[in-house]
Amino acid sequence: MRGNSLSAGRQDQAQWIHDDESQGKEMKVTDADVTYVADLANLELSTEERRGMVRDLNSILGYIERLNELDTAHIAPMAQVSDRYGVNEANQDSERFGYAYREDVVEGLRKSLPQDVALENAPDSDGTFFRVPKVIER
Amino acid sequence: MDLTQLTIDAVRSAVQQRKTTALALAEAHYARIQKEDGEIGAFLTLCKERALEQADRIDRMAAEGQPLPPLGGVPVAIKDVMSTRGVRTTAGSKSLERYIPPYDCTAVARLEAAGAVVLGKTNCDEFAMGSSNENSSFHPVRNPRDLSRVPGGSSGGSAAAVAADMAVAALGSDTGGSIRQPASFCGVVGLMPTYGRVSRYGLIAFASSLDHIGPLTRTVQDAATVLGVIAGRDPMDSTSADVPVPDYVAELEKPVRGLKLGVAKEYFGEGLDHEVRQSVEQAIEKLQSLGCEIVPVSLPHTPYAIPTYYIIATAEASSNLARYDGVRYSYRAAGVKSLSEMYRRSRDESFGAEVKRRIMLGTYALSAGYYDAYYLKAQRVRTLLTRDFDEAFNKVDAIVTPTSPTAAFRLGEKSNDPLAMYLADIYTVTADLAGIPGISIPCGETREKLPIGLQILGKHFDEATILRLAHAYEQAA
Repeated sequence: MRGNSLSAGRQDQAQWIHDDESQGKEMKVTDADVTYVADLANLELSTEERRGMVRDLNSILGYIERLNELDTAHIAPMAQVSDRYGVNEANQDSERFGYAYREDVVEGLRKSLPQDVALENAPDSDGTFFRVPKVIER
Repeated sequence: MDLTQLTIDAVRSAVQQRKTTALALAEAHYARIQKEDGEIGAFLTLCKERALEQADRIDRMAAEGQPLPPLGGVPVAIKDVMSTRGVRTTAGSKSLERYIPPYDCTAVARLEAAGAVVLGKTNCDEFAMGSSNENSSFHPVRNPRDLSRVPGGSSGGSAAAVAADMAVAALGSDTGGSIRQPASFCGVVGLMPTYGRVSRYGLIAFASSLDHIGPLTRTVQDAATVLGVIAGRDPMDSTSADVPVPDYVAELEKPVRGLKLGVAKEYFGEGLDHEVRQSVEQAIEKLQSLGCEIVPVSLPHTPYAIPTYYIIATAEASSNLARYDGVRYSYRAAGVKSLSEMYRRSRDESFGAEVKRRIMLGTYALSAGYYDAYYLKAQRVRTLLTRDFDEAFNKVDAIVTPTSPTAAFRLGEKSNDPLAMYLADIYTVTADLAGIPGISIPCGETREKLPIGLQILGKHFDEATILRLAHAYEQAA
């Protein structure tokens, strides 16, 4: 069921990208999409929250559609500001980011937290491990 | 001497010369917080023990005649998104209501090493997501200049604390305008440094490619002093840049005559309040009268900045906030029977509406079939927005704009319309996306006595020039 709603969404999406803006006025995000995305994000959401989410996501994504006015086919994506400086362009790939290298040594920058300190903020622990409810369901 | 109205230099020299003590300064600020903050709500946690211990250390240095470090005895406030060892750090979220970090954020550690006295942690929008501070899980912050108005966000607590003389300086964080916009609304100075100028180590992550730490202060010189302390490479943050840190305070005195200032029509269009426009135009004339040359520039992709920002920021946030799983340090729901139920209910019960909305939008934008259409598209437009600035900065030394299209709005005014709230960041998100530095300084008031902010944007790693311009304007105004 979930797969169906997503693949339907994907087709709409593909159409919307290639067509002009008249396509964009339809509701893109359905209740089923919200359920699917909430599942991916490990959120439950009440019925009321889902209703609000359908409305808000459609409104925001409607606004975001204006990005499609721009032809970006030949524009490189920018993932990080630091792609742009401190970088030796003569080097290849990750070699370019030589400034960020450090020695690969155990506890080189900061000692690992002692176990008791690492567990101090845990909602539940047995003093050695984090304790959680049953992992395997059914 | 009113101990709660001093600049950083005045504090340090008064403590150095034994005219007052760091202890008396800390106590005076706590008394002010006690008196004022019930109404304002700027602080979430006070750390008096830690503050008085540090104050005592500074007083002993002064008594021994040792020269004090740059922030010796200066009472500061820290936005509650920066980790403080042994002091509760919530990020404004119920999810971290009881979180006590085991280590310090680098920026906080550097402040304390420079003699600052950390008074407490300031309120903010949950995980720094908001433009009004109404998204705090605990309580909203009210604007000290008009209690019916918001202080801006997300660093609203830090801006209000400085504006109401409850701290000499504060640290905030800026992902889409969260230092500059509240500075503008509260009538203080707010500086967002270049991306990579200040380490993000220990900053609770919202959107890692956009998050910046910077100061909020009452004067430009104080902002320059604080930046000098927190700037510089930190091996704990691989995106912190290995670029030399100039003496920002010494640079303030260089002349501004002959500097070229860009004015972009895209920042003066529809939606700009006429009183804000008037004040900003007068400020530009003032800078011109100081010998700056005004040059029209164009930043044509500006209208695409908000949509670009809300894809990239939410996509990164949806990934960063996956860590709040109820296992290691965040809120866990009671009475859960399975692991997946624990994840869901813990997140459902502890995240507020805006945080859920952004996680949903970001997850949607990254999900199979939508990644290219939204996330990759936004990253490509981010390149275009950055190129706009590159081209403008070939012609000018800095760009002047309004910080926000309006002065502070009323509590509740925009809280039911997420898109209207997002548009409050229209003039600030561009600098976060491009990674360039920006400062907001007060440039007048509306008829209702609400502060207006002038924004000055600079080249990568050229905080010195925007500070110098801001200082020259401040001295002349």
